[in-house]
Amino acid sequence: MSRFFLRRLLQSAVAIFGVVTLVFFIQRLAGDPTLLMLPDGATRDDIETLRHQLGFDRPLAVQYLDYLWDLLRLDLGQSLIQRIPVLDIMASRVPYTLYLASGGLVVALGVGVPVGIVMAVRRDTRLERFLAAFVLIGQSMPTFWSGILLILLFAVTLGVMPSSGVDGFRSIILPSIALGALTMATFARVTRTAVLEELGRDYVSTAQAKGLLFRRVIRRHILRNAATPIITISALEIANLLAGAVIVETVFAWPGLGQLAVQAIAARDFPIVQGIVLLGAFVSIALNLAADILYSAVDPRIRLEGKT
Amino acid sequence: MSDVAVPQAPPSPAISLRRELRAIWPFLLIFGAFALLALLAPLIAPYNPNSQNLLARLKPPGTTVRGIFYALGTDEVGRDLLSRLIHGARVSLVVALLSVMVSTVIGTTLGMIAGFYRGIVEVIIMRLVDIVLSIPAILLAIITIAVLGPGLQNVIIVLGFTRWPRYARVAYGQTLTVTGLTYMRASVFNGAGVLRLLLRHVLPNIAGAIIVVATLEFGLMVLFEAGLSFLGLGVQPPTPSWGSILSVGRNYLGTAWWIATFPGLCLFLLVLSVNLIGDHLRDRLDPRSSR
Repeated sequence: MSRFFLRRLLQSAVAIFGVVTLVFFIQRLAGDPTLLMLPDGATRDDIETLRHQLGFDRPLAVQYLDYLWDLLRLDLGQSLIQRIPVLDIMASRVPYTLYLASGGLVVALGVGVPVGIVMAVRRDTRLERFLAAFVLIGQSMPTFWSGILLILLFAVTLGVMPSSGVDGFRSIILPSIALGALTMATFARVTRTAVLEELGRDYVSTAQAKGLLFRRVIRRHILRNAATPIITISALEIANLLAGAVIVETVFAWPGLGQLAVQAIAARDFPIVQGIVLLGAFVSIALNLAADILYSAVDPRIRLEGKT
Repeated sequence: MSDVAVPQAPPSPAISLRRELRAIWPFLLIFGAFALLALLAPLIAPYNPNSQNLLARLKPPGTTVRGIFYALGTDEVGRDLLSRLIHGARVSLVVALLSVMVSTVIGTTLGMIAGFYRGIVEVIIMRLVDIVLSIPAILLAIITIAVLGPGLQNVIIVLGFTRWPRYARVAYGQTLTVTGLTYMRASVFNGAGVLRLLLRHVLPNIAGAIIVVATLEFGLMVLFEAGLSFLGLGVQPPTPSWGSILSVGRNYLGTAWWIATFPGLCLFLLVLSVNLIGDHLRDRLDPRSSR
């Protein structure tokens, strides 16, 4: 058991090291990173000064080790524009992104799981086909378009919701729906498959033979068994929600990390972009690890096989 | 993945093809229509997508201004939205096609090499796959674009060079399966070289699975290009891209709903049809893998 965890932990550590290295070298793709950080009209002197200031005139290996050392101390550098630590800027935005992602998760679980159950129980009916179309639409709608349609309908035409920004509870509703749609489709599909699998089991027949209401059989018996794949996929879906936030935040002018990333690119504030990408990668590696551990905790066969 | 493919009696090809088509013909039609629009954009588009007419700014669909008919209305500088959408189809499909081609070639080659040679090569390639896959795709695209700068060419480069791991994984898994089969050993025994083994014996066997991944990725690439252009990181103005038209339309939601609505509809229809065709292809070509 511990061998599986150790192995998985080691893999994650290698992945993190790889990501850190990859991000370092991507920045060198264009040659001199200082050119990315200066406005267009910068003189040669400006470039030289900044290059020296940031240490880019040193050998690449030295820069790389320095970068690793900084990261080990959780030092992501300073914003080139605001001149304050990147970590502080990011910390001020994290709560908004988490708030939005939780909203998306609530929508996705709250709609996706019931829809999946109904699709499984009412298999091959008109209702299932209708819900299947609903899921398919949720899956194929580009987030930025569904967001805009929601604004158009509920903010511009009906005037019942704020169109953008953070202002009270109502402002989280539309962004959560836009963000949660894709994940909702995934949950619906996974739930449908899981419930279908359980429906044919003997214990379901037994429970029904005892005279239990079908409603109760679903809630007390089937759902508990079908919950495993839903819970494990949640970890992976949270990573998708966080990534989707980049676009949803831009659509709704939501002041989270995604909006910060886009603003930082426009302002050529590279340390911030780097910080956000590294954080995103760490979180997604951690969530993947969590999903595997969760999965092996409920399904020992994975541990014994030792393969993920 | 099952270890051995069990041979089954194939259904009569004519009947199964007809049944297959009955389920997806509307989506093939939609996809074909977009492909035709993209191919013949300059011939089909009623007007130049970039010619501005300041007298006809933000006109609703169906307006005629000075003898020019704007079927889908105009944008904030009086350009014909329909013509821009038609040319936008070209950008969307070209970016998706080229980036899928680049990532297919890179991913399939690396995956086959990893599965064929095993050992240290396998470890290096497959770890690299894990690493690239562990960065959320949109963030990987963003940081690379931030370095290379936006633009049509760079979007293709970024998508092509960041999306190959999925193909590598599939190619790797399939190659592992194929290399264990008897005819491969027979071929080695007959003195076939590595290149011949990979191209003549491995590739044809894994092509089905790769095509399925490529179709599903195609829809994703359309969305990625539109997403990047929406964020201002993709195709730059004045080149019409559905994503960038949408992002302009976002600013005119109160006054000109059509600017944001129609490009989104195009995207939705294109992605929906590609995904459905991909799903059917998967059921047909690669029945062993299911989501």
